[in-house]
Amino acid sequence: MCVTCGCSDGAQTTYTPVGLDRGETPAAASTHTHRLADGTLVTHTHAPVHPAAAPAQGHHHRPGQPQGTHLSLEQNLLAKNDLIAAQNRGWLRGRRITALNLVSSPGAGKTTLLVKTIQDLQGEFPIAVIEGDQETTQDAERIAATGCPTLQVNTGTGCHLEAAMIERGLEQLNPPPQSLLLIENVGNLVCPALFDLGEGAKVAMLSVTEGEDKPMKYPHLFRASQVMVLTKLDLLPYVRFDVDRCCSYARQVNPDLIIFQVSAVSGVGLEAWYDWLRAQR
Amino acid sequence: MHELGITQTIVAIAVDHAGGARVRRIALEIGQLSAVMPEAIRFCFDVCAQGTVVEGATLEILEPSGLGQCRQCGQRLALSQPFGVCPCGSTQVDIIQGQELNLKEMEID
Repeated sequence: MCVTCGCSDGAQTTYTPVGLDRGETPAAASTHTHRLADGTLVTHTHAPVHPAAAPAQGHHHRPGQPQGTHLSLEQNLLAKNDLIAAQNRGWLRGRRITALNLVSSPGAGKTTLLVKTIQDLQGEFPIAVIEGDQETTQDAERIAATGCPTLQVNTGTGCHLEAAMIERGLEQLNPPPQSLLLIENVGNLVCPALFDLGEGAKVAMLSVTEGEDKPMKYPHLFRASQVMVLTKLDLLPYVRFDVDRCCSYARQVNPDLIIFQVSAVSGVGLEAWYDWLRAQR
Repeated sequence: MHELGITQTIVAIAVDHAGGARVRRIALEIGQLSAVMPEAIRFCFDVCAQGTVVEGATLEILEPSGLGQCRQCGQRLALSQPFGVCPCGSTQVDIIQGQELNLKEMEID
């Protein structure tokens, strides 16, 4: 039975593969029209139960087997996460809290920059931190040493934070109204790109000790971010890293990316980063 | 390895809609620019489906190719990565196809 209008998939129905080039008109599309009880006309095409012409991999014919019931779902696989993220966004907006989702590979200097940022800015406005790591509370302890309210979320084998973790984190941490909430994601340049947490912006961090072509190699994350912070600039004299080339790669992946170049150790570039943080509130 | 979590979601959605009936077939749409690997989904599927009404179901995965549209000149271009350069020189390319991540349909007994 069709879940759109309740019509039955009879033997006369032909089934058409979906997901082909949008421009093509499938030869045997089973487009038909129904009139519902209230007079509404519904014209629709049944998606395939029997994708004879489908290029899909791994599909098997089962001759002689009776036709099953076909359910058209069209459900986004990230819908549940996105819904919770939207709830988080509302929760944060109601309290005028600005949340940033900080993403990078392990060792890019997220925690060091966070500690420095908190030390320099917490006199101006309240800051709270949700710290995501697979194991240990070491990063949270480093941050909590600044006096800032901090919650460690250990994901175990999970390689990224999800919106539901932030939902629970917000309940426990209860960051004060009008604060800046910094969410340090698990060090990973792939998975966090897919999972909205309800943040105002994703901030990708990349250190000059990594490859300058990382934005090209991990485009999903740099595409999903609004900001890139290039860290450890004090190490530039010791490493082969072309800053201009890196920025040009990053802008090719994401032309709207805002880029900051900083060193939490020497202090270079921090004022521009801080100004941007202030402007987000 | 976000594919494991996504495969668990696929099985959960299917079980939810099956109403206790055995699931014969599940059709997914995983765009080629979606950052999700179909092979990894296949790898996880049998394990995640075990002991549920989804166990033994055929998994079909349709993989729409990447398509972008230039914000400057409107031209459409094929994308093999989630970014690209339009022949007009612009890098302002919106992705209009290839990021799909859907459970499109399924067939139950």
